[in-house]
Amino acid sequence: MKGMAKYILHRLVLLIPVVIGVSFLIFFIVNLAPGNPAQMIAGAEASMEDIQRIEEELGLNKNIFVRYFEFMRDFILHGDLGTSYYSDKAVVTAYFERFPATLRLAASFIIVAVALSLPLGILAAVKQYSIIDRLSSFVALIAVSMPNFWLGILLILLFSEKLGWLPSGGDKYWYSIILPALTIGLQMMALMTRMTRSSMLEVIRQDYVNTARAKGLSEKIVILKHALRNALIPIITSAGSLFVDCVGGSVVTETIFSWPGVGKLLVDSISKRDLPMVIGFVTITTIVITICNLGIDIIYALVDPRIRSQYASGK
Amino acid sequence: MSTNSKPQVGKKRSRAAETWRRLKKNRNAMIGLSLIIIIIVVALAAPLFIDYETQVINQNIAERLQGPSLKHLFGTDNLGRDIFFRILYGARISLLIGAVSCLICCTTGVALGAIAGFFGGKVDDIIMRCFDILLAIPSTLMAIILVAAFGTSLFNIILAVGIPTLPQYVRIARASVLTIKQQEYVEAARAIGATNFQIIRTHILPNCLAPVLVQATLRVATVIADAAALAFLGLGIPEPTPEWGGMLSAGRAFLRDYPHTVLFPGLAIMITILALNLLGDGLRDALDPKLKK
Repeated sequence: MKGMAKYILHRLVLLIPVVIGVSFLIFFIVNLAPGNPAQMIAGAEASMEDIQRIEEELGLNKNIFVRYFEFMRDFILHGDLGTSYYSDKAVVTAYFERFPATLRLAASFIIVAVALSLPLGILAAVKQYSIIDRLSSFVALIAVSMPNFWLGILLILLFSEKLGWLPSGGDKYWYSIILPALTIGLQMMALMTRMTRSSMLEVIRQDYVNTARAKGLSEKIVILKHALRNALIPIITSAGSLFVDCVGGSVVTETIFSWPGVGKLLVDSISKRDLPMVIGFVTITTIVITICNLGIDIIYALVDPRIRSQYASGK
Repeated sequence: MSTNSKPQVGKKRSRAAETWRRLKKNRNAMIGLSLIIIIIVVALAAPLFIDYETQVINQNIAERLQGPSLKHLFGTDNLGRDIFFRILYGARISLLIGAVSCLICCTTGVALGAIAGFFGGKVDDIIMRCFDILLAIPSTLMAIILVAAFGTSLFNIILAVGIPTLPQYVRIARASVLTIKQQEYVEAARAIGATNFQIIRTHILPNCLAPVLVQATLRVATVIADAAALAFLGLGIPEPTPEWGGMLSAGRAFLRDYPHTVLFPGLAIMITILALNLLGDGLRDALDPKLKK
């Protein structure tokens, strides 16, 4: 366990270069992109002086490396990621105002997706080529093959436009979450069912599973204890990456449903060329996601003693 | 060395034949493969039957927003263009994006992942830290930022949807290598004096082929979907080029009264992705060496 703690600390220290790397990458991509944000703020009919004045106010006339240095200095010393060009709101404040909505969306369906896809995937693998396997594979294939923006639009067409049961966007009522969550959740479930099935099939033919059966253990214990535990790593990988993608903001889904999460705000910021917002958001998202990924790695170690022993030996 | 390599080649050939034999028995995979072949043929043959200037991009306001009919199989869009023809032409763009970006990223990613996993230590650290940076940015977000920054040319889109998939290949290849390199047969190979390169090539790569191949087929599908999503957000190849995601996005305003403008382009994306998924699944089953008698 001491090796584990050391490992976590090690990873947290490694987070620093990742954050610096990401902010550097995004800072330069965004700043070197064509299109002058000062021009956007000033409007199409602004004079050259107006544009220059705004550039000076925003510090856009300075050298890009100087600006990056100032950006990192403020971030490291004050945790300050700058201020939006448009709303005069601190980027950090703006992000965490929107974050709960995104987190709510991500959490609400990862739980349902895991709860449904694990048993479905296991069943499909254990009874390979049975009706359950075929049916679940079929449903999963259809769901996974639908682009989520299309699925979202079809859900809107059916439940909002035709039936009028659910709102087509926004976050006004408690049930507003149902359609966007379904849009992500159905696909998440489909992906995870497939992953669970193929991962279980991988281990189910291993010798130790046969051995467990030969020892006279019940089928339930063989599957749940001997096979599932060994099949968990790929399942956790896929569940984890899906969750992480959602936490980072399901840009498309949030855009379709005007869901007031971080993904939607980011798309808006990009189209307005609100540079500090874009850079700051990606930087914060990075930190959030890296911590989530660390969590996934810790789960690996909890699940698989072979990985745990690697940590213990100080690798 | 030379005495060693001949039976190796023979063994590999029989493995491919064996895989194909098993794949042929899998009905779903064959459906997927047939669909993909049809889509490719359609994409290649489209210019022979359809005139791009008059039938694909020419606007005809008099016939706008017509429902499906014999004249316009899938109806017309808000600018009076035949949706069926536009979808057939759109297959060219989607397939090109999927194939090229997957080819570039799969090879790069797997090579880097195998190197990282096999050598471990410093090499592993450097490669994985670089990809941690990429992995830390959600793929759609990265694609959006890249395209928003560098413009919506075809090549930019191919890279923008491809680059975010790189870490996935790296991670999968690395994870397989990490498990495989602990196995006894790798130790045995080392004991009889195999070099690192030989071990990677003959023992490790074939063994992580199955997950990588399945992943690659799935990734072509997601890359196509991502490109369509970009177009849906207004960051695709600009009008009037027919692009499935862009067509869907344009039709959204008319969703309530003219759902066909949204249904058919979406269906085209779905069928393409479905075909790739069917084939990917079939390949997975056919490649599983543990099924071998």
